[in-house]
Amino acid sequence: MTDLADRQKLSYIAAQAADARLNVELETEGMTLNIGPQHPATHGTLRIIVRLDGEQVVWAEPSAGYMHRGYEKLTEVRTFPQVTALINRIDWLGSFANEVPFILAAEKLMDIEAPPRAQHIRTILFELSRIANVSLFLGDLGVQLGAVTPVFFAFRDREYVLNLIESATGGRFHPNFDRIGGLKDDLPAGWIAETKQVMKRLRAFCDEIEDLLFGNEIFQSRLRGIGVIPADVAKQYGLSGANLRASGVDWDLRRDQSLPLAWDKVDWKVWTHPDGDSFARCWIRLQETRESTKIVDQLLDTIPAGPIMAKVPRIIKVPEGEAWVSTENPLGEMGYYVVSKGDLGPFRVKIRSASFNNISIVPWVLRGVYVPDVISILASLYFILGDIDR
Amino acid sequence: MGLVDKGRMPKPLTSLFNMGRSYSMWVYQWGLACCAIEMGAAFGSPRYDVMRLGVIPLPASPRQADLVVVSGTVTDKMAPAIKRLYEQMPEPKYVISMGSCANCGGPYWDSYSVTKGVDQIIPVDVYVPGCPPRPEALLEGVVLLQQRIKREDMGARWRGEGYKPMVKEPIVVGGGPVE
Ligand code: SF4
Repeated sequence: MTDLADRQKLSYIAAQAADARLNVELETEGMTLNIGPQHPATHGTLRIIVRLDGEQVVWAEPSAGYMHRGYEKLTEVRTFPQVTALINRIDWLGSFANEVPFILAAEKLMDIEAPPRAQHIRTILFELSRIANVSLFLGDLGVQLGAVTPVFFAFRDREYVLNLIESATGGRFHPNFDRIGGLKDDLPAGWIAETKQVMKRLRAFCDEIEDLLFGNEIFQSRLRGIGVIPADVAKQYGLSGANLRASGVDWDLRRDQSLPLAWDKVDWKVWTHPDGDSFARCWIRLQETRESTKIVDQLLDTIPAGPIMAKVPRIIKVPEGEAWVSTENPLGEMGYYVVSKGDLGPFRVKIRSASFNNISIVPWVLRGVYVPDVISILASLYFILGDIDR
Repeated sequence: MGLVDKGRMPKPLTSLFNMGRSYSMWVYQWGLACCAIEMGAAFGSPRYDVMRLGVIPLPASPRQADLVVVSGTVTDKMAPAIKRLYEQMPEPKYVISMGSCANCGGPYWDSYSVTKGVDQIIPVDVYVPGCPPRPEALLEGVVLLQQRIKREDMGARWRGEGYKPMVKEPIVVGGGPVE
């Protein structure tokens, strides 16, 4: 296996060659291939237009918007408590994690803080939704490369996490559980013991996936050295989350900023990988799932007693001002820029979602790769369509 | 099948055919948004396991499918593709609309870019309400559709008396007994 610098050089040369071929008049005709909008490899309805020269991609462009639902406009005609029901559905695999940054932004404007117990439970649910999200990625990864078995394992074990979320919040998929000033309810009886068991099961699932996929030679040769993104390019394109950490950048908002959440109270590790290839991105997500189960385990032991709701008025009016809060969501950095004019609803909400930036690198990273690698690179970048189009 | 072409189908043959059709349905999964994941859980997960109902969720293209499940938010940009997909399917074909978005627009009822209901573009046989519906609800929709297929008058349908949705009333899961 060549080392990283060589591989980057090679992929750069391939991209250059692809460029040259595009510019030179050739007798052979290029072919334009549409991947999507409905394609199993696109996790929804993303369309990618690629121009091919033989088996190599010379030019690629994602065409988003098939799932555009007009969130930013809709938030303007909803009241603050109603907005959470809407933004649940941005990244639909890790719904609870979408609510948290918006609620934190609203709390910042109102100058209140949730009680410690609520912060703790928020963090637990946040990590549970990360597990629900990434475990499906780990199973789906196999499907993209032609191995169908892991997805059944993923769906099997993900159900347990969904059951936990459901028993705590009442919603299997879209909890809508976070409130300005705290949480809707306390945890049900017996939930903590059950969660511990499920976390054990999830760790076993991670081991299983590691044995099945990551140790597999075919899997490695399909992913190693493919789709290399160097750290500086990753930063230029604004990648975040596991995609950035896989390029060797040690940056995790859970650790690097102080929010009224409980990550700083537990002991955990931010994983990075120096390679920046598809394999690194998948490996980072596997490690993060493990790390999340550990975070949940530790948090469960230290839930403080007390109320779960701060004192908030019955009719929520957010004072005039602007606030920006972003958190490290399962897919990367997700942030809300909330502008309030002192009304019942926000005046304007700008949503920064991770996948939109993560796929903006697709034209760069797909140049010069072969067609089968297109699928594996897209799979390893891991985007969710609702998160791209909003 | 001369009998079928003439549209004269003896009763026993009809029920035999209907039974065969209802238990070998090939489903095309048109997953669009959050509901697609619940559809995946219903069709692809060991806990719900749709194949025990005689439904095969993995056709390679809509041209092999008898049933399409439209699950999720239909946007105006997506709508032409859905219409085209539906037209590619061979008769007899059935549509399940899964989730509030596909039924009526759901939480985006006042959005500028969402089609309020897939029934504006293609005829729907079964509505599965919920946001998202549980996988069990989708399975019930499939079972109700199978019950209806068993009672269908195939002769009339294959005589090609114009294309009308073969039922007067669509099925709504959880909305009372089927006629
Ligand atoms: S009905 Fe609800 S869960 Fe289903 S696609 Fe629409 S918003 Fe998502």
